[in-house]
Amino acid sequence: MKANCWQGRESLAVEEVPDPKIMNSRDAVVRVTSSAICGSDLHLFHGYIPSMKKGDVLGHEFMGEVVEIGPDVHNLRIGDRVVVPFPIACGNCAACQSGLYSVCENSNPNAGVAERLFGHAPGGIYGYSHMLGGYAGGQAEYARVPFADIGPIKVEDDLPDEKVLLLSDVFPTGYMGAEMCGIKGGEVIAVWGAGAVGLLAMRSAYLLGAERVIAIDRFPYRLRMAREQAGAEPLNYEEVDVIETLREMTGGRGPDACIDAVGMEGHHSSAVLHGYDRAKQSVRLETDRPHALREAIMSCRNGGTVSIIGAYGGFVDKFPIGSLMNRSLTVRTGQCHVQRYTRMLLDRIRRGEIDPSFVITHRLRLEDAPIGYEMFRQKQDDCTKVVLKL
Amino acid sequence: MRGTPMEVPDGTGRRLLPRSLGLLSLGLGAAAIGAPSQVGRLIGVDDSMIARTTVLPGIGARELLSAVGLLVGRHPSGWVWTRVAGDAMDLAALANAMRDRQGRRRQRLGATLAVVAGITAVDVLAGVLSTRAAGARRRAVRASATVTINRSADEVYRFWRDFENLPRFMYHLESVRSDGDGRSHWTVKGPAGRRVEWDAEVVEDHLSEMISWRSVRGARVPNAGRVRFARAAGGRGTEVRVELAYAPPGGAVGRAVAKLFGEEPEQQIRDDLRRFKQVMETGEVVRSDGSPAGTSTRQQVLQTPARPRAARLPR
Ligand SMILES: NC(=O)c1ccc[n+]([C@@H]2O[C@H](COP(=O)([O-])OP(=O)(O)OC[C@H]3O[C@@H](n4cnc5c(N)ncnc54)[C@H](O)[C@@H]3O)[C@@H](O)[C@H]2O)c1
Ligand SMILES: [Zn+2]
Ligand SMILES: [Zn+2]
Repeated sequence: MKANCWQGRESLAVEEVPDPKIMNSRDAVVRVTSSAICGSDLHLFHGYIPSMKKGDVLGHEFMGEVVEIGPDVHNLRIGDRVVVPFPIACGNCAACQSGLYSVCENSNPNAGVAERLFGHAPGGIYGYSHMLGGYAGGQAEYARVPFADIGPIKVEDDLPDEKVLLLSDVFPTGYMGAEMCGIKGGEVIAVWGAGAVGLLAMRSAYLLGAERVIAIDRFPYRLRMAREQAGAEPLNYEEVDVIETLREMTGGRGPDACIDAVGMEGHHSSAVLHGYDRAKQSVRLETDRPHALREAIMSCRNGGTVSIIGAYGGFVDKFPIGSLMNRSLTVRTGQCHVQRYTRMLLDRIRRGEIDPSFVITHRLRLEDAPIGYEMFRQKQDDCTKVVLKL
Repeated sequence: MRGTPMEVPDGTGRRLLPRSLGLLSLGLGAAAIGAPSQVGRLIGVDDSMIARTTVLPGIGARELLSAVGLLVGRHPSGWVWTRVAGDAMDLAALANAMRDRQGRRRQRLGATLAVVAGITAVDVLAGVLSTRAAGARRRAVRASATVTINRSADEVYRFWRDFENLPRFMYHLESVRSDGDGRSHWTVKGPAGRRVEWDAEVVEDHLSEMISWRSVRGARVPNAGRVRFARAAGGRGTEVRVELAYAPPGGAVGRAVAKLFGEEPEQQIRDDLRRFKQVMETGEVVRSDGSPAGTSTRQQVLQTPARPRAARLPR
């Protein structure tokens, strides 16, 4: 089959690789029909996630048709149409049973490596480094899906791929980002990053009862999307001082909760500050560039919540712990526990409450995956979300 | 959960020889002190006043001291070597005594000399053996690890108690066969088809709480293990703590054996327990493209790329 393979930093190739097989009795093999490129894939592409190997198949946001099932999968049949959550989770461990699927205790065979970097190991993720399991990803014609009896969600009606595909990752991720803000009604929520994750966090914040949502980014086309599609008040960090402006916009209080939907490759409007973190990151003195996170903490109102859904990989500098501590802030974060949200969000899509496909801007063939990555990372042609169609 | 440190059993009956020698010393010492005249006559030095009143009781005292060390001391190997030193003194004294004696006394001294030389040979052998055993105990490798399993202590205990299940998650084991009566036969598979096998016996067995076992006499690689099961706080299943110890022989064989048992025993047990948890909670060892045989931190550098493989699955 064909698969999009990591070749090294900033190098990809669509190659011929063997077809996946059933390896465990609770596996399924899925013929992929749609596979998205996620902001997390850019971190891999840029080489900021350790333990990648030349030849790794990328992709963790995909759906398709079941073509093979292992002997212990009883809830699926050949031909079923399924969306596959990006965290691989067993459903049996204490973490899974308390809904913390992305920190499943059994799905990462390389947990020993992750422990060295993180202290304890998170679960496995498709196409997301060897430290997170060494699983082949879904930017391929076929994908092996472990624990197929608990992860994939069946889509029985005729909803098109695009409406349900993002249930695999960015929609639940954005939703969880908003949920972690502890919205009760009437809150002001600020979201750093108007990519697919940020945009869906904005929409979800409204779904959960927020009164105002503020979007922070620098790309006018993304800020326009935030305003038009997600009802957010746009704020271009290259034009204004973010902390000052947020203070101004909220009567001096600061937003009730701040969502970091940017992650480890944040950009800073001050060339000097951006250069400082970039230089440190490139020689690995610092693994992440936490511009948005620093700002989110400094901006948040006293006693408010900082929700981190942008992905980080290691260590950061100049972390404003004093602001966090002295002002009674709460930090909540995590790789999304997708399995916890899929059913509920699918129902919301069915009821027409939301259609997450508004973030999709580009549709390409699998063969063109490398072009898709290039466009997405350069934010060319108003690119926000690329879907590979098979 | 921690208890007394686990003893690594001796491979052979290496303590038996020092014990016998201890008894011999006891007998000799008692005779030399209690009946120096008779002993003097027996060995052919009854014509010497000094031998009867000073030398023999002195030797007796030395023998008694060795006996105490050999029989109740913690490090019999050292005391065996004091016996060897004593033997050397005795041989020198006997040779000296023979030089100025004739006739029956000379014959008796000759016989005594032969007997003492024989004993010396046995003492040297015992010394070598017990020094080696002490070395093996010093080299003993111990490792432990712990994991929490989302199952009751009862279930986890029952699975472990059937030792034939162990190779499902302890990858260095090729097989374990239960022979009944708490006995079992273990086989470890090594590179180039080399195998190490031994018999083991259950030492302690407390329902749903702990099991300990050890290799029986004669094992090439004496080893022991203990597993404890305790309810995790807040009803979060069972905390399992495993301790393993083994005493590899010295030299090249020892290094080969150490490889079989894993170069990083601590890491290996941790991996064993990860796989044990997977088996108990999900039903089998979880595989990925990069780790097709399942968890093995030792294999990390050998990870194949995360892409499907053409080849058949490793075990
Ligand atoms: N937690 C999870 O489970 C999870 C799941 C999916 C994605 N993610 C992460 O979410 C993040 C966003 O993903 P995406 O697909 O939307 O990526 P994206 O690259 O499309 O969006 C990132 C956006 O952040 C903006 N940005 C950069 N620096 C900024 C700054 N200082 N202030 C404000 N905005 C800034 C960029 O201009 C860009 O529009 C990534 O880090 C990704 O890894 C996390
Ligand atoms: Zn993602
Ligand atoms: Zn789990």
